[in-house]
Amino acid sequence: MLKNEDRIFTNIYGNNSWNLTSARRRGNWDSTDILLKKGRDWIINEMKASGLRGRGGAGFPTGLKWSFMPKEVSDRPHYLVVNADESEPGTCKDREILRNEPHQFLEGCLLASFAMNAHACYVYVRGEYIHERIVLQNAINEAYEAGLLGKNASNSGWDFDIYVHHGAGAYICGEETALLESLEGKKGMPRLKPPFPANCGLYGCPTTVNNVESISVAPEILRRGASWFSSLGKTNNTGTKLFCISGHVNNPCNIEEEMGVPLKELIEKHAGGVRGGWDNLLAVIPGGSSVPCLPASQCQDLSMDFDSLKELKSGLGTAAVIVMDKSTDIIAAIARLSYFYKHESCGQCTPCREGTGWMWRVMERFVSGKAEKSEIDLLLEVSTQVEGHTICALGDAAAWPIQGLIRHFRHVIEERIDNQVS
Amino acid sequence: MNVRRIDLSSNEEFLFTDENKDLASREVAKYPEGRQASAIIAVLWIAQKQNNGWLSESAISHVSNFLNMQKIRTLEIATFYTMFNLSPVGKYHIQLCGTTPCMLCGAESLKKVLNNEIGEVGSLTKDNLLSWVEVECLGACCNAPMVQINDYYYEDLDETSFKKIIKDLKSGKEIKTGSYKGRLTSEPSKDPIILLDDEIEKINIKRIKPGLK
Repeated sequence: MLKNEDRIFTNIYGNNSWNLTSARRRGNWDSTDILLKKGRDWIINEMKASGLRGRGGAGFPTGLKWSFMPKEVSDRPHYLVVNADESEPGTCKDREILRNEPHQFLEGCLLASFAMNAHACYVYVRGEYIHERIVLQNAINEAYEAGLLGKNASNSGWDFDIYVHHGAGAYICGEETALLESLEGKKGMPRLKPPFPANCGLYGCPTTVNNVESISVAPEILRRGASWFSSLGKTNNTGTKLFCISGHVNNPCNIEEEMGVPLKELIEKHAGGVRGGWDNLLAVIPGGSSVPCLPASQCQDLSMDFDSLKELKSGLGTAAVIVMDKSTDIIAAIARLSYFYKHESCGQCTPCREGTGWMWRVMERFVSGKAEKSEIDLLLEVSTQVEGHTICALGDAAAWPIQGLIRHFRHVIEERIDNQVS
Repeated sequence: MNVRRIDLSSNEEFLFTDENKDLASREVAKYPEGRQASAIIAVLWIAQKQNNGWLSESAISHVSNFLNMQKIRTLEIATFYTMFNLSPVGKYHIQLCGTTPCMLCGAESLKKVLNNEIGEVGSLTKDNLLSWVEVECLGACCNAPMVQINDYYYEDLDETSFKKIIKDLKSGKEIKTGSYKGRLTSEPSKDPIILLDDEIEKINIKRIKPGLK
């Protein structure tokens, strides 16, 4: 279990105030100027050495991403854009950072922007988080007044401005290029890559898009050292992570734990156990709605990190654990996700626009059992035609939950069809 | 994708109040010169607030003029983003989260309450007080099931507490935001790990950190 002294987020539940005085007591904004004076290369190298993998779902190494930005600023300014468009079903961690630990986050924005030669940062907060963006704006105002942001930010000689931008309820804007489109005032439709944002991002300028959690852990990594961070967790899956445990547990919660923590420990120690006991577990979705579910039989010794979950053909995603007990109609639970993807498809690519609706309608028939058994393989086949044939990963995300369901719970679908026929 | 159409029955002309014009100008100032289109979501949002929670055609035209954009670009935004309501809503607009995490925790029972108290999904009561829609994940899954009413989240609900909320809204009483099971935010309801001041001090000692020396 993670020791309290190794926690990065010490106010994640908001027991203390989010304000600057309280944040400083927790160690935020402590010697930021010294960190900045160590220079860009030092910051990026420390981030690389820490082994931090992006916390937004894809798990791309953060330090490496930062190093993709051009070394020198040409006629185009550099931008840092923070993805706070948290809308993956199951995920509710960035919200707590924004409303309870905004200064930790802002300090990270300054350090990351400085390392990438960006004088401006836009934070794209999902539209529904109205309270959260008010808190964030208030924290920004405080930081400006204290000279931590703005001209000569934190006495570093670096001018840095940060702006809060908000969305208006489109899941797709969590995809980085759709987010940039939306930030430019267009419909949130993903762009083709390449060119990658590091070359051609916001307003055609070099841009890096990072998740809120990745940015927020940066100050502590730099202060306490990359070796401290990489000593936590497992090889290639280092550090701590905020897990969101929802669904059929006794005490659903957000909790910071080491990467690679056993799922069982997460559920039993922190979330009060599965409703009705561990044996009542049916399945979990280990990383937010986009990853395939895992049946209880695979959950016994499951380690919660990117690589272990990938081996089981699932994924850590955003580390949002959705727990389902034996009372769950698993087909209906996954069909609801299919509806979600149908609703959130931006409509740009045909396989996704048409496929998500088609898959949802078939899933709805599976829920009632009014289907042919041969349709199970047909659905699987169609899901692979959507997967990998779209500009962004929403097509994949719509296909994977269905593939996971068929992989592990085909017998449930078949039984229901049998019962309906007889 | 969903089909979204603008209610054309209203002829009321929309103009920003001076206060909202200021607010909108401040949004535009966040972006580099010539990039005023970036402010469109924020400006439409201000317009929606002024227009009792929905965007009429006149409001959309006004925002287009304000940002010096083609009307079709503004229409695209207003129809693409689902937080823009394209027909009148109640004084209290209830958005019920129905996605899987909330569904597992009882969103269906909240839906029944709404069906009984307000009507089918998308209904607006005759006195224009209440309306409701089902929305996709609102990002408060550890506090499921939950709804958003206007700007705020109401979490950890069940049939009883939600009925009480609707009753209070109808009788004009103020309602409390946040958790309805006595939680502060998303901590576990039993034995949460809360770091008290002295413990944070101890951590801070460790924080004087090798990286800096």
